[in-house]
Amino acid sequence: MNAAGLDDLYREAILDHGRNPRCMGKLDDATHTGCDANRLCGDAVTIRLRIADGCIEEARFEGEGCAISQASASMLTEALGGKRVEDAERLAAMMRVALEGREPPAANTLAGLLAGVRAFPERVACALLSVHALERALGAAP
Amino acid sequence: MNAAQTARTGFDVAAMRREFPILSREVYGKKLVYLDNAASAQKPRAVIDAMRQFLETDYANVHRGVHFLSSRATDHYEAAREAARRFLNAPAADNIILTHGGTEAFNLVASSFVSPMIAPGDEIVISEMEHHANIVPWHFLRERQGAVIRWARIGDDGVLDLDHLQSLIGPRTKLVAITHMSNVLGTITPARVIADMAHARGVPVLFDGCQAAVHARVDVQAIDADFYIFCGHKIYGPTGIGVLYAKPHFLSAMRPYQGGGEMIREVGFDAVSYGDAPHRFEAGTPPIMEAVGLAAAIRFLEGIDHAAVHAHEQALLAHATRQLRAANGVRIFGEAPGKGAIIAFDVKGVHPHDLATVIDREGVAIRAGHHCAHPLMKRLGVTATGRASFALYNTMEEVDVFVAALQRAREFFQ
Repeated sequence: MNAAGLDDLYREAILDHGRNPRCMGKLDDATHTGCDANRLCGDAVTIRLRIADGCIEEARFEGEGCAISQASASMLTEALGGKRVEDAERLAAMMRVALEGREPPAANTLAGLLAGVRAFPERVACALLSVHALERALGAAP
Repeated sequence: MNAAQTARTGFDVAAMRREFPILSREVYGKKLVYLDNAASAQKPRAVIDAMRQFLETDYANVHRGVHFLSSRATDHYEAAREAARRFLNAPAADNIILTHGGTEAFNLVASSFVSPMIAPGDEIVISEMEHHANIVPWHFLRERQGAVIRWARIGDDGVLDLDHLQSLIGPRTKLVAITHMSNVLGTITPARVIADMAHARGVPVLFDGCQAAVHARVDVQAIDADFYIFCGHKIYGPTGIGVLYAKPHFLSAMRPYQGGGEMIREVGFDAVSYGDAPHRFEAGTPPIMEAVGLAAAIRFLEGIDHAAVHAHEQALLAHATRQLRAANGVRIFGEAPGKGAIIAFDVKGVHPHDLATVIDREGVAIRAGHHCAHPLMKRLGVTATGRASFALYNTMEEVDVFVAALQRAREFFQ
């Protein structure tokens, strides 16, 4: 698969997270929950967090949809565990800027791994689905 | 297209392709393989030329001016109404309302015909395989007036369950509204049987012909339709225009839809009176150049050999179905006998959107998603499917390119 941009969109890490999502499942003692769905394609992601003393102790997601939306949710929830709430908020804001903005993100960041969507405007929403779900969970949805 | 195919169906697809300028373009350096025809079909030169020529020589507003161009434009516009009448074999051009699209036609029927009849608990019968355009206007009546939507079942093969449909039509049914051809499953419904079923209970029937109109010859008198809807852009015509056929006694009893110019008889300070159908339902400046394009598309379809085109499209469908059945992990939705040239499918382990993105880069345009049919997706137990839909200009080779691209995508994700 070497057609323009596809290798960049479907990087090995994304395919791997898409096939074997991390942090997937219920979180019965969640204190914060947020979900979002893409009305165009039916993709859906719910992010649940257990937050104590301003710290995300555990993060899990449930969802269904394309490789991009599910890998993004998997990578994001994996990164959230142990983070302070304000750091999680900063991460969400960073990802939004990185995927929607003009400047490409640094290669070695979470946003960097997903940056391939920038060449596929109709797929940016897939990558941002979990970001929006996280923002809603944190009560910071725009 | 090879000579064998032409010989088999008596249809020269290579010559047909030359009529559609866009088909010669490339995408991402690959030959375009356009299999999203159920969403919108490409336009033949005849349509493009007719619209351009109209704009260059005869354009003005219609029905208003006394000047030369207005009169010419009005002739063109009314000729489009007559073309639509011919296309549907409607008894008179006055039975034809030109709308701004198929969706507007459904909303017009809901607002002007059905809504005034609805008391809480009255019913509208539709099927599980309707497009949102034939669902959401009835939801409006449910939300606003307490109407009840009854859903006729489909079988796992995508065939409409006629016994169930019949059982739903009762004393409170105000309208039966059913697709003539499913935009996902390709199922063609037995319109005359459905109409007889509804009429036996004194219930009017509406058919959504947006998909059927391009694949089958429609005769609204033969199927005894009370309302029939199709749109321009799916029959190789322009966007922005739809057609609503209605039997005259319904039209004369229907209240106006939108208010504005063109649809009135007289407007006073304290009173207003309305024009007769069809103009009563065509408020404002109508889609004039689109009407010219619609008429050209209808003439284009009148000029083709329908039997040969039908055989060609069915050959494409059969070829694609055979190959997809043979492919690993591919599931086809909709296997109704005599179905139209649409295949909805999914591929195990590959989400339809990923599939569509990957094969798009090989030049293959398919649709992925819910196809504006959420209830059907729920009925099928999926959130989305892929869909390849064929037109008279598609070739066997294009089917092969599509299936090969799909196979490569499946390997990529597994």
